[in-house]
Amino acid sequence: MRVRIALTVNDEAREALAPVHKTLLEVLREDLGLTGTKHGCELGECGTCTVLVDGEPVLSCLVLPVEVEGRRITTVEGMAQGGRLHPLQQAFAELGAAQCGYCTPGILLTATALLAERPSPTRQEVKEALAGNLCRCTGYTKILDAVELAALRMGNRESRA
Amino acid sequence: MSKNNFAVIGQPLPKIDAWAKVVGETKYADDLFLPRMAYGKLLRSAHAHARIRSIDTTRALALPGVYAVVTGADLPRVKFGILPVSQDEEALCNDKVRMVGDPIAAVAAVDEETAERACRLIDVDYEPLPALMSIFDSLAHPEVRIHDYGDGPNVHKNVALQFGDVESAFERADLVREDVFFFEGNNHLPMEQHAAVAQWGSDGKVTLWSSTQTPHYVHRLLAKTLDIPAAHVRVVATPVGGGFGGKTDPFAHEIVACQLSKLTGRPVKIALTREEVFYTHRGRHPVLMWIKTGFTKQGDITGCHLRTWLDGGAYGSYGVASTFYTGVINPVTYKIPVYKFEGARIFTNKPPCGPKRGHGTPQPRFALECQIDKAAEQLGLDPAALRRRIVAEPFTKTANHLTVTTIGLGECIDKVVEASGWRDKRARFGVTAKQPGPASPRKRGVGIACSAYLTGAGTAIYWNDMPHSGVITRADRSGGVAVLCGATDIGQGSDSVLAYVTAEILGIDPKDIHVHPADTSLTPVDLGSYSSRVTLMCGMAAIQAAERLRAAIFTAVAKKLEVRPASLVARDRSARPCTVCWRSRARTRRPSARGNSRAAASDRPPATPTRRVSSISASTSKPGRSISRRCGSPTTSAAPSTRSWSRGRWKARSTWASARP
Repeated sequence: MRVRIALTVNDEAREALAPVHKTLLEVLREDLGLTGTKHGCELGECGTCTVLVDGEPVLSCLVLPVEVEGRRITTVEGMAQGGRLHPLQQAFAELGAAQCGYCTPGILLTATALLAERPSPTRQEVKEALAGNLCRCTGYTKILDAVELAALRMGNRESRA
Repeated sequence: MSKNNFAVIGQPLPKIDAWAKVVGETKYADDLFLPRMAYGKLLRSAHAHARIRSIDTTRALALPGVYAVVTGADLPRVKFGILPVSQDEEALCNDKVRMVGDPIAAVAAVDEETAERACRLIDVDYEPLPALMSIFDSLAHPEVRIHDYGDGPNVHKNVALQFGDVESAFERADLVREDVFFFEGNNHLPMEQHAAVAQWGSDGKVTLWSSTQTPHYVHRLLAKTLDIPAAHVRVVATPVGGGFGGKTDPFAHEIVACQLSKLTGRPVKIALTREEVFYTHRGRHPVLMWIKTGFTKQGDITGCHLRTWLDGGAYGSYGVASTFYTGVINPVTYKIPVYKFEGARIFTNKPPCGPKRGHGTPQPRFALECQIDKAAEQLGLDPAALRRRIVAEPFTKTANHLTVTTIGLGECIDKVVEASGWRDKRARFGVTAKQPGPASPRKRGVGIACSAYLTGAGTAIYWNDMPHSGVITRADRSGGVAVLCGATDIGQGSDSVLAYVTAEILGIDPKDIHVHPADTSLTPVDLGSYSSRVTLMCGMAAIQAAERLRAAIFTAVAKKLEVRPASLVARDRSARPCTVCWRSRARTRRPSARGNSRAAASDRPPATPTRRVSSISASTSKPGRSISRRCGSPTTSAAPSTRSWSRGRWKARSTWASARP
């Protein structure tokens, strides 16, 4: 049975007509055309499909859209603002933290949530925050470096403001 | 600028695809949605080994939303496989299934869910056969045959190599150890599951977009399995979300997507689930290893005899090469003067194994490294010092005739010993160290292991004397440069390598370059992203193509400026005479008034892998050398012509060149 689903995605009101059991991941990718969110296992194991719901990282493969109606969903497409990359995106590109790039959207969003909560995390805190996001290419070092660089730049920007 | 005078190479630049990847723009195969697209699903075997008595698709076809159902009977009766010697796979099994997950039938439907439901409505009548689930099972039951080809009952391939007399080498040894090891196998697990979209056009030509590391081989095998001319097949490798060797075979879902598209007249996408990726894995072989090695009191190896048995799974895949690799790279790391190797790949009723990072070599390395530790303990030697002593020498040949050029392993061991505090740690955690209390089951240890591998694949998968990689580099009148190459970027950065190399030689910014990779109808052949071969071979081809293009640009610019082409350099987006380079800006943005300049080049394999290694170092340093020679020395052959111009004349020419419409 198809139901009308109303979602707020990247500050935009979106609607879809989809089977009620379709996951948030599927609706984002297939009905709303937001293919930046990737599917890795669709079992909640790998973190590839991470999106933010009210700023909290959730695995979109395990969420039904009806559960998140009326809440604020952020995907990787919503990170850059006004044509400017988010400092995390900038740092990931500069430091080679995205190799094949498939896990990158999920990791960027998890890191966004971390930095919102802890603007200057320790390396251990970054590791713990990203523990649910698997990457097969990088060995994680560049990812951790990039999160730290972004945190530093965001801190500097704030202190200048 | 680096000491080689390179402007681009050696600089810490972002990869050219990094920006698309961090904003989610990159389109992987499963991100493609075409108008009218249908979704395909494969019905896979529930039995490890069974004869197929019959398949009835009536109920599936009757399900609303189903566009087509296919079985092996709807496809040309052709077997395929990545290696010419192991053509043993069927896109959809006809008579027999050999593993759980073997594809039997496929459905195209309005959505994935309908396709899945239709698959469950296909009735397959199986006659179960005994399933052989291990090396031992398969060898113990020759009466049960998984395939009717190979070097023996359930033996896919036997390999035997001998270099010297190992028995007399063991007689010369002070210690001879025989050990047995088993490596249980593992998978690549790329984050992206395999996906493919096929579109069979009304002109009879088919296009396949696929997450593959080897579009060229997929191209060849689609032509074979669909029984159409290769000229009617186009394969585009989409950016690959991780491969590690797991996407180097042609797969059933790629062939089936094409056939379903032909039948439905719609584009068809098949995206594998994570479970299906485990059926198609081609992961690292489980290997049983028996290894006998002779050591002198000082730790020198007198000879080594290795036997390997590989659990190949149900199909050939790259298995012949994997078997070979479990033996041939072993004598590269340390001096092994006498060497004997026997390997056998065994068929079992499990998903087939294949190439995974280091292809066939980590397993025997694990065995030999463990054995060396045991020998060091018996001989009372420090395991690091023992290894340091026996590291292969530079510019030597191994017992099996592989050439070692430079080798930094000795220095590497020294640094590791120093930086890790090896001696101190060994005193505390080594096998002879007394650790507190037998009461605690937790102990700490310290160990060292080394490995060596080769770069590039010296031979193509099918025998031919054609280039392994080709590059077309094209400059258009807008100043843009396009690089076309069959290479596939699987995250290793091959697109960026092509851009960097080309930018370096043409004196432009990597951002000025459009890289068009991996499209068999547009790009020259590259054999694929495997064996650490892409930077080497595509890089060489890109160097040659860019140098030819630069020569064409220099000829055109020199003619207009009335200078000798040899007096020009390409730097900072311009071609200009080097002796006045700080004063002039003869733009190369319009290299040819009449249209496009284009240069193509290809990398041919050398006669031996040895010569390849030496040729790389010579060629990669060539652009830097030639640039610095032209820039730095006014007394070279370029000098007379540059000296002959007056500054005023040059200035006039320069203005004219940049003012051209």
